[in-house]
Amino acid sequence: MADYSWPEADRRGQIGHRPARLDGPVKSTGFARYPSDQNPPGLLAAKILTCPHAHARILGMDTSAAEALPGVRVVHVIQGEGSEIQWAGDEVAAVAAETEDIARDAVRAIRVEYEVLPHFVTEEHRDRAPAAQPGSERTDGDPDAAFASAHRIVEQTLGMPQMAHMCLEPHGQVAGWDGDELEVHASTQAVSTLGGQFASELGIPATQVRIRTEYMGGGFGSKFSPDRWGIVGAELARKAGAPVKLFLDRDQEVAVAGSRPSAFARIRVGADEQGKLVAWDSDSWGSGGLPGTGQTPLPYVFSRLPNRRLRHTSVPTNLAGSRAWRAPNHPQACFLTMACLDDLANELDLDPIDFLDRNLDLTGRADVYREELGIAAEMAGWKERWQPRKRSRERALQRGMGVSIHTWGGRGHSSNCDVTVHPDGAVEVRIGSQDIGTGTRTVVAQVLAETFGLELHQVHVSMGDNRFPQSGPSGGSSTVGGVSASTRRAAQDALREVLARVAPRLEAEPEELKAAGGRVYVEGEPSRGMSWPEAAAQIGGAPVSARGRNPGPGRLISSGVGGVQIAEVEVDMDTGVVRVERMIAVQDCGLIINRRLAESQVYGGLIMGVGYALFEEWIPDPVTGRLLNADMEFYKLAGLVDVGSLEVHMMTGPAYDGRGVIGLGEPPVISPGAAISNAVANAIGVRVPYLPLTPDRVLDALAGGGEAA
Amino acid sequence: MRPFSYAAPTTIEQAVSLLEVEGSEVLAGGTDLLSLLKDDVERVERLVSLRGVEGLSDIDVSGGRLRIGAMTTLQDLRDHAGATEAVPALVTAIDGVASAQLRSMGTVGGDLLQRPRCWYYRRGYGLLALGRDGRSMVTDGDNRYHAIFPEGQARFVSPSSLAPLLVALGAEATVRGPDGERQVPVEALYRAPQGEGERENTLGRGELLVEITAAVGGVRSAVYEVRQRRSLDWPLMAAAVSLTGEAPRVDQARIVLGHAAPIPYVAVAAGEVAAGGELTPARIEEAAEKAASDARPMSGNRYKVQLARTATRRALGLAAGMEA
Repeated sequence: MADYSWPEADRRGQIGHRPARLDGPVKSTGFARYPSDQNPPGLLAAKILTCPHAHARILGMDTSAAEALPGVRVVHVIQGEGSEIQWAGDEVAAVAAETEDIARDAVRAIRVEYEVLPHFVTEEHRDRAPAAQPGSERTDGDPDAAFASAHRIVEQTLGMPQMAHMCLEPHGQVAGWDGDELEVHASTQAVSTLGGQFASELGIPATQVRIRTEYMGGGFGSKFSPDRWGIVGAELARKAGAPVKLFLDRDQEVAVAGSRPSAFARIRVGADEQGKLVAWDSDSWGSGGLPGTGQTPLPYVFSRLPNRRLRHTSVPTNLAGSRAWRAPNHPQACFLTMACLDDLANELDLDPIDFLDRNLDLTGRADVYREELGIAAEMAGWKERWQPRKRSRERALQRGMGVSIHTWGGRGHSSNCDVTVHPDGAVEVRIGSQDIGTGTRTVVAQVLAETFGLELHQVHVSMGDNRFPQSGPSGGSSTVGGVSASTRRAAQDALREVLARVAPRLEAEPEELKAAGGRVYVEGEPSRGMSWPEAAAQIGGAPVSARGRNPGPGRLISSGVGGVQIAEVEVDMDTGVVRVERMIAVQDCGLIINRRLAESQVYGGLIMGVGYALFEEWIPDPVTGRLLNADMEFYKLAGLVDVGSLEVHMMTGPAYDGRGVIGLGEPPVISPGAAISNAVANAIGVRVPYLPLTPDRVLDALAGGGEAA
Repeated sequence: MRPFSYAAPTTIEQAVSLLEVEGSEVLAGGTDLLSLLKDDVERVERLVSLRGVEGLSDIDVSGGRLRIGAMTTLQDLRDHAGATEAVPALVTAIDGVASAQLRSMGTVGGDLLQRPRCWYYRRGYGLLALGRDGRSMVTDGDNRYHAIFPEGQARFVSPSSLAPLLVALGAEATVRGPDGERQVPVEALYRAPQGEGERENTLGRGELLVEITAAVGGVRSAVYEVRQRRSLDWPLMAAAVSLTGEAPRVDQARIVLGHAAPIPYVAVAAGEVAAGGELTPARIEEAAEKAASDARPMSGNRYKVQLARTATRRALGLAAGMEA
């Protein structure tokens, strides 16, 4: 069997370097055409009518006024008379019209009569939930005995609310029919699987659906399926006989197109005199809207903590169902765990880094965390600058530092691709996966260029089309491992075929040949060679093509990473306003293909992390059950001036590189909530038990001494 | 969007006569009204654009008085050296309008008369947000950003960035209407509506805000806004103060809170505490306590009482030239 591997560190022409994102110029100049930029001839605009009530039954619907509006082409009832609506914002009807304004007017002209039913949207009050679903208790070891003999115990109720994905390009698509063939320009994370889902919903063969996603404006885990608006868009287009653009309005995007489940917990955790964790007890609950939500992985990272008892209650609410949000369940589990451990370190009069260090044998990768903690502490000046918690009012502005650690898998997904070498030397890969903004296109190009010894501009990447070989969705940090491995295998195979044709001309064996620097030559004898175009010409008239697959032979990828983050904050004791001054992230992700883009992933994770630590939350109204901040006014995203100084250190060197490629999308977003909360506790001397750390919550904690409000 | 007609008068007289017709609304910078129309929160029969009306966007500083035309953009006012030299606190107030687009399109008149940001109002439940049973949705619901000085049924907050400062300065508004011109204190432009038919301002039908004037000689003023984000965000609380008298002496003090009440909230008693002597830290503290002493917070906005105290204390400190 052929050997598949990454080049040694001293022989990497592309891998590990810092080339800029290939599509940076077209994106930053506005030339990149996103799905929402597609405007085929005859395009109609569609809008959706949503239910304003959190729980209601539709008693009747009259669409006649909408149908009578000039310019309206199709009125489509999604949920008609008798339907029970379970969340505000659920789709009721849709209209396709000649302009977006007409569609909006038409939607407004539809009369719906509702019977309003009781709703429940405030899951933090689990005792008031009408349909809470307590799970069974899980016990390992003897937590009661362990707590009884523990040296210090902290008990704390903590929580974080549901929040939105807030994709800047809302969910949606442009769908058009050519006869009975459907073409969809979708803003999706799952090009290869979307077509089949459209087909089965629409009752047509999968072969008749074409999905294309050249660029897309953010998914974060919320864009894996056609969704109801996708199917409705295709139905409208079919009925209208014209392509239809249907993208959600911002209020819909916030309310129904993606949220992260909430997590609350009453936690007890105990340590012995040496500062070793000995017991854990958590009673957690949370909601992901109507489906409720499952247990987060507690205790987080310290999964070998002995003597533990876990209970969890799923709390369904009248809110749209949650979706995978970057590192599903991890940010919640990380905050709940690391905040308690930070409080326990404080009880033990231990530096939290020292405390974590004493317990690293309870994690799966003590060596990685230990090394990363050392680097992060060094970057932060922790030893010189960290002070134990105090409660001082001497100055209005108090500074604090906090630390957190996190983990993620990130194994490459199933991926196929075709690499083709043309006789003129052109090299292309076709791969079904999409670039959701992480830089996948650039990374794939680097793997191709590395393998053939070419420059980035000499290779071509075609992706984001379901006619290309099936390659996985972008989720779980699985893309870079999948596409880099399949591309590497295909490229190595295609190159071997080229080398086999070239070898006789150079009077060498194929194994002796090397492709580098735009040439093919005998290893160690650069003069015995030819340029890449000359080499490619040896293949004759027909291109050489090879299919690459992942999983496959050779150690190209693996999984399992650790990361450490340190936050430094400044808190205004008189207003409760928290500023993040500095975030330090030390992250492992195996072999890094593009250092710049890897760092960008971490910067992005930190920025999102500051957002959910300080600002972002769904605010459901107890009175109406609607979200009160389904907008960009009171759903507050972090602006660049709000995120402070971000410093990133990527772990490299043989111990990391040798593991192969591992995904990076999720890990850096896990720790910020915990690290920032810990920094605030360090600054003000008391735990603010809830995220986001808004002024009201900070002032409440200061006024109440730290107990949950 | 519901259809409406659009008028583009070129004189104040034309504008006034167009506005006399019921259902007419002034279109100034258009940074908010158009969104309200698109969202079907407000309905109009006719928009009367002031863009082409002569003489509404002049700024003049002379004789110890500042005059600002109502159609002056916030950015033009910010960039006017004479105005910001006379009232440095204008810079803080205008920079609080945290986007270049809003500052460049939005006008002084539009800032003063902008509609509330109450999330019940903005979702179509009315300015007072009374449920079908007549109960306040605000008191029963989420009121974290609402008034700590509610007036009757009005629980939204006045969102104007300039009003607290202009009220503190004792500025006057020139209003033109069918019956001619009248001068009113800026403070008197506002009221807390007590029925859904009422507006939060006192302009009558056909009346148009044309100019703001303020005496600016011998006055020290300052604005302090508590804001959660540095980027695009509304203040959680704002305080404006004006002080007269030879520093460090304060003869008269006016303290006005924004984002605190349905109108710019004049903390009269707090001003009295601050006036009539040297403004010492102890006196500032006492005035700050006084500013919030009549607060009646609701279930979710108790924290704003402390913010009112802090904003008052810091604005007074800034005006008195102390460390904030």
